[in-house]
Amino acid sequence: MTLKYVAEIMPSLLQGAELTLQIFFWTLVGSLPLGLLVSLGLTSKFKPLKWLLNFYVWLMRGTPLLLQLIFVFYGLPIIGIVFDRFGAAIFAFILNYAAYFAEIFRGGFQSIDEGQYEAAKVLRLSYGQTIRKIVIPQVVKIVIPSIGNEVINLVKDSSLVYVIGLGDLLRAGNVATSRDVTLVPLILVAVIYLLLIGICTFVLHKVEKRYSYFK
Amino acid sequence: MLEIKNLNKSFGNRTILKNINLTVKDGEVLAIVGQSGAGKTTMLRCITGLETADSGQFLLDGAAFDPQGMDASDAVIGVVFQNFNLFPHLSVLENVTLAPKLVLKEAPDQAEREARGLLEQLGLGGKEKLYPWQLSGGQKQRVAIARALAMKPKILCYDEPTSALDPNLRDEVAKLIIGLKEQGMTQLVVTHDMDFAQKIADSVYRVQAQ
Repeated sequence: MTLKYVAEIMPSLLQGAELTLQIFFWTLVGSLPLGLLVSLGLTSKFKPLKWLLNFYVWLMRGTPLLLQLIFVFYGLPIIGIVFDRFGAAIFAFILNYAAYFAEIFRGGFQSIDEGQYEAAKVLRLSYGQTIRKIVIPQVVKIVIPSIGNEVINLVKDSSLVYVIGLGDLLRAGNVATSRDVTLVPLILVAVIYLLLIGICTFVLHKVEKRYSYFK
Repeated sequence: MLEIKNLNKSFGNRTILKNINLTVKDGEVLAIVGQSGAGKTTMLRCITGLETADSGQFLLDGAAFDPQGMDASDAVIGVVFQNFNLFPHLSVLENVTLAPKLVLKEAPDQAEREARGLLEQLGLGGKEKLYPWQLSGGQKQRVAIARALAMKPKILCYDEPTSALDPNLRDEVAKLIIGLKEQGMTQLVVTHDMDFAQKIADSVYRVQAQ
């Protein structure tokens, strides 16, 4: 009976999970590089750029992601900027997560010893070479645990897209629960989230291990 | 021959270096000594381009050079830092070959061959694949020397080469510097240790606190 029910609702849950994964994937693809660029700007000596980016980070971290989603999808059309549902979700998520990643990367950059830059300078490495070959590999090692935290948050934050009418994993479960008056869909939703986060944790540990060859 | 003429440096209104003139002949070791805070390290940092001198002229074999120039041809001065500043994420061999490959555009196999030669000569044969955290202080210093030498500098500078090491390694460092001198390397050594300076140097320059 229950197994049969599980088999019945599984396709809609998996469909929801697929959307969750799409948001997860595209947000990371967009926000990690953007966050890296913003963090370089945050540490730059050009004051106006620094102010602008600090304002951006403040705005993104200072307002709820839910508000940002609503603003992009329901608010911006009022001034003529129209996104489709998925586009609005990705846009809001990338801008939001890039701000958090930028702060994490900034911390990473600032913990690199000045001596590393000096050693690179006397060897005549260019700024680009120094950042790419010397600084970034060390920053990556430092930031992995904090980035991992955000990655795990992202899996769960993606459920906020219900507010703009996207059918993600949580919404699929919610729909089934209200229709069939049973807890089973919500429990399955929890299990799928746990599995997804289990996989993320596993991959993050692997990456951390890959960088454990130096101290 | 390295000549420095009328080198001046101040931080804000604090004068650190005032009209410094010095000459180092090819193949000589010059020790730069002085009290803590007198400006020894600042002087070395001006010569190596890590600080901008307020005024002064730098001549190598009679031709002016810019310590802060960033072309490969400006890489005439090698630096061994007090704390070595090795790149922790690169192996010993990669630490030495990185700049020759990126800056001097050496082919990887040529850079590696030269690096292995330098490491062998400095007693680091067999350590090529290790990472800095796996080395002792003395070994790190020799990797730092190999890394500097791989850029084929005309002059090698050391900032307090004995201070980050066990006191009993002092004589080892002296032997190393004298060994390089015998091969014709011109060397500038900042130190607060007078005995050490006497042991290694052909001449001693005393920096006076202003």
